[in-house]
Amino acid sequence: MTGYILKRLLSAIPVLLGITVIVFLIMALIPGDPATAILGSYATPENVEKLNRDLGLDKSLVQQYFIWLGNMLTGDFGQSFALNRPVLDEVLERFNATLILAGTAFVLCSVLGIAAGVVSAANQYGWADKAITFTVLLGISIPSFFLGMMMILTFSVNLRMFPVSGMWPIYGDRDIWALLNHLTLPAIALAVVATGVIARLSRSALLEVLRQDYIRTARAKGVHERGVIWRHALKAAMVSIIPVLGIQAGFVLSGAVYIEIVFQWPGVGRMLVDAILKRDILLVQGGVVFVAACYVFFNIVVDVAQSLLDPRIKT
Amino acid sequence: MKAFFGLIARNRLALAGGIVLVLVVLLALITPVLPLADPDVTNTAERFKRPFSEGALLGTDHLGRDLLSRLMWGTRLSLAVGFAAAIVAATIGAAIGIVAGFYGGRTDNLIMRGVDMLMAFPYILLALAIVAALGPGLFNALIAVAAVNVPFFARNIRGITVGIAHKEFVDAARLAGLSNTRIILSEILPNVIPVIVIAMSTTIGWMILETAGLSFLGLGSQPPQADLGSMLGEARSALITNPHTSVVPGVMILVIVMSINLLGDGVRDALDPRLKSGALSRPMAATMVDRKGPVPEASGEGLLRIDDLETQFHVRDRVYRAIGGVSLSVNKGECLGIIGESGSGKSVTALSVMGLVASPPGVITGGAVRYDGEDLIGAPYRRLREMRGRNVAYIFQDPLATLHPLYRVGDQLIEAIRSHRPISKDEGRAKAVELLETVRIPNAARRIDDYPHEMSGGMRQRVGIAMALANDPDVIIADEPTTALDVTVQAQILALLNDLRASRGLAIIFITHDFGVVAQLCDRVAVMYAGRIVEEGETQAILDNPRHPYTSKLMECVPELGGGKRHLAAIPGLPPVVDKLPEGCAFAERCHKAQDACRAGDIELEASGERAVRCLYPVEEGTA
Repeated sequence: MTGYILKRLLSAIPVLLGITVIVFLIMALIPGDPATAILGSYATPENVEKLNRDLGLDKSLVQQYFIWLGNMLTGDFGQSFALNRPVLDEVLERFNATLILAGTAFVLCSVLGIAAGVVSAANQYGWADKAITFTVLLGISIPSFFLGMMMILTFSVNLRMFPVSGMWPIYGDRDIWALLNHLTLPAIALAVVATGVIARLSRSALLEVLRQDYIRTARAKGVHERGVIWRHALKAAMVSIIPVLGIQAGFVLSGAVYIEIVFQWPGVGRMLVDAILKRDILLVQGGVVFVAACYVFFNIVVDVAQSLLDPRIKT
Repeated sequence: MKAFFGLIARNRLALAGGIVLVLVVLLALITPVLPLADPDVTNTAERFKRPFSEGALLGTDHLGRDLLSRLMWGTRLSLAVGFAAAIVAATIGAAIGIVAGFYGGRTDNLIMRGVDMLMAFPYILLALAIVAALGPGLFNALIAVAAVNVPFFARNIRGITVGIAHKEFVDAARLAGLSNTRIILSEILPNVIPVIVIAMSTTIGWMILETAGLSFLGLGSQPPQADLGSMLGEARSALITNPHTSVVPGVMILVIVMSINLLGDGVRDALDPRLKSGALSRPMAATMVDRKGPVPEASGEGLLRIDDLETQFHVRDRVYRAIGGVSLSVNKGECLGIIGESGSGKSVTALSVMGLVASPPGVITGGAVRYDGEDLIGAPYRRLREMRGRNVAYIFQDPLATLHPLYRVGDQLIEAIRSHRPISKDEGRAKAVELLETVRIPNAARRIDDYPHEMSGGMRQRVGIAMALANDPDVIIADEPTTALDVTVQAQILALLNDLRASRGLAIIFITHDFGVVAQLCDRVAVMYAGRIVEEGETQAILDNPRHPYTSKLMECVPELGGGKRHLAAIPGLPPVVDKLPEGCAFAERCHKAQDACRAGDIELEASGERAVRCLYPVEEGTA
């Protein structure tokens, strides 16, 4: 198993390099001169040239890429000119908040999605199935940012059950209850679409499995229907559900950007949007590479989980 | 095509989605000629008017602009951008996919590596990065949304193209000297277009959502022009004081995307042949019972008695009579063979006993199955579950498919025991080892931790038998347990079953299509054809003197060892389809002795002593 994990980690290296190349190329496409953008249009040509030299922009693209890559490997993601602090510090701090939000949403969508899918499949064409199918369709059709706004309106403004926005109370203790109180609405809003996708897939995966011969065997030996569904069928269906969980983990992580805007959550997505609007290139680059790297890491976790579940996969 | 639209129309939700979508698109198309206020004219004196107020049906926004007008123009813009992005993504993606799939080799490898790399990005992030580079703006947002969806199309279309590129008609075109471009345009493209359209119908909703999302973040359409996303983004600051400005565009996005999704689901379902056949139905915990007639009296003794059992498959409006009136019985220590071609109803008979026929589509429509005098047809699920495995146990064909692939065989054995007896895991494990030893698996204590795929076919079937024995049942129903095994292993398994029968006094119902196996193991045998028993009797008597022409034909099919190059007689023709059974004898069409009377009416199973035969002109003694 350790060997397999190492192998998967090694195979992620070219993907990570590819990601840095793509991010670098996209940023290199930017029209105009970053130095001018930083200094403003009234800067003297001498100042612009000096800044270009300082930033290494007078070198060739290939050289620039390797300098940037080399710096990142030593942990230097550059300096955000808008915030005037190291990119890595800012990204790490913001990423922490995103991880709390996206992690909670991921747990929610996995548990609820799979449960809804199983209940739906087990009662195929029954009223529970129809209700779940319709709710799921509604869930995957509603824009998460609109849902978030409506939740604020309903639960925060009208019912006063939860705070309107933010991660921590402005006054008062920063304890786990305060966090949960702030986290509930955004986490749910973020989880809804992914829950729908997972529920749909779980339902069809389970229906596929329920027709297999080994399910009949389980029934023939007298296993209770609950055990047939939740142990035999679900375990086999997980083989096709887990890859989707991996995809949805990435989706939740990057989809957090909308929710972070709506709920004023101090996460990496909101940071990225601000950075894009301010043309803070190094911050955008650092943030994107960091999140994409996490996504690659999720995929490895998925593969490892898959091999733990399915003994037929050669590790 | 007509059938396809018929299917969509039958799916009421898809139809509703389609109608709503068409309405929205029509409204968007005629927006410029509607008598609407100018969407961009601000009038701060009239700001935040409520919906249904004078002169503004949906109210006004924070700059006093008419919301209805902005909604219509915004919808128009959102739809246009969404559709445009879908078309751009589909075109570029399909082009890349076709090139990769058609040329294959290094081109394919290089392209697909790039596609995989792009797919390693969460797509919202990629779209953000692209907009970051190009700068905010609706056109740039369109490019970003199209770009992040290109890999999806490329990958799908490549898969289809690879399948087509090696078809005969493409080779023929190559031999005819057509250029690659011509082949792609005239042979490949027409075949992938339907796939492209389906892929578009499932992604266009996403693309509209994604574009709206970018606009919502302020990275898409720029003021004063507004699509639905930026309307929502601008309304956010007034969410609490004037929620209607948010609700109006939000609900519109929801309506559009939902109608597209409903329609897309309908299209997908209409194209999936498995839905039509009911093959996607979930089999219930026990077979459905819908007994029309009265419960037949028990016609004799026997530990397990089947009387006049009828099981059918209901697929849409068709009824397949899988078994039509089968009566059988088996006693303690006895082995009854059921023999017949595939599709003759032997497995369905066996599975009906414990309600294991997949349902839907299976329905038990008549008869009785009595275990020790207790009728099990229509017994509550709880009772059936109690008896499954404890009183009547099954051994199935092909143990690779019938054992759960993800559980160790030991755990599956322990589960079988614990389903009926509350014992600890340790006790269960000890008992499982004991069971594996009973079925003569060497190194039982070690093999108990194997997964099914780690065992040989013969060992797996021994596990299957051990599982059947786990709760000391009285009856074992073995459904072709040796068919998937090679001959030497088959002989070992048969010997094992025979020993168990002798030592435990088991009653065995043995289903097979092989007379050789019947001869080795069974005391009595019943021959089935088209869902009915055509002949029954002591094994030796039937082997010596088959009376039904079908039985004798079936026996002629068995090659004899040392028989030299004897003519192997296959039975001409095929068994009848059981949804259109002929009048009279079902075998008449394939029978050399058939006369008009055979096709006239129902033929009884005539019993004389131990023997019974369903034939008007049975084979005479000594002539077989």
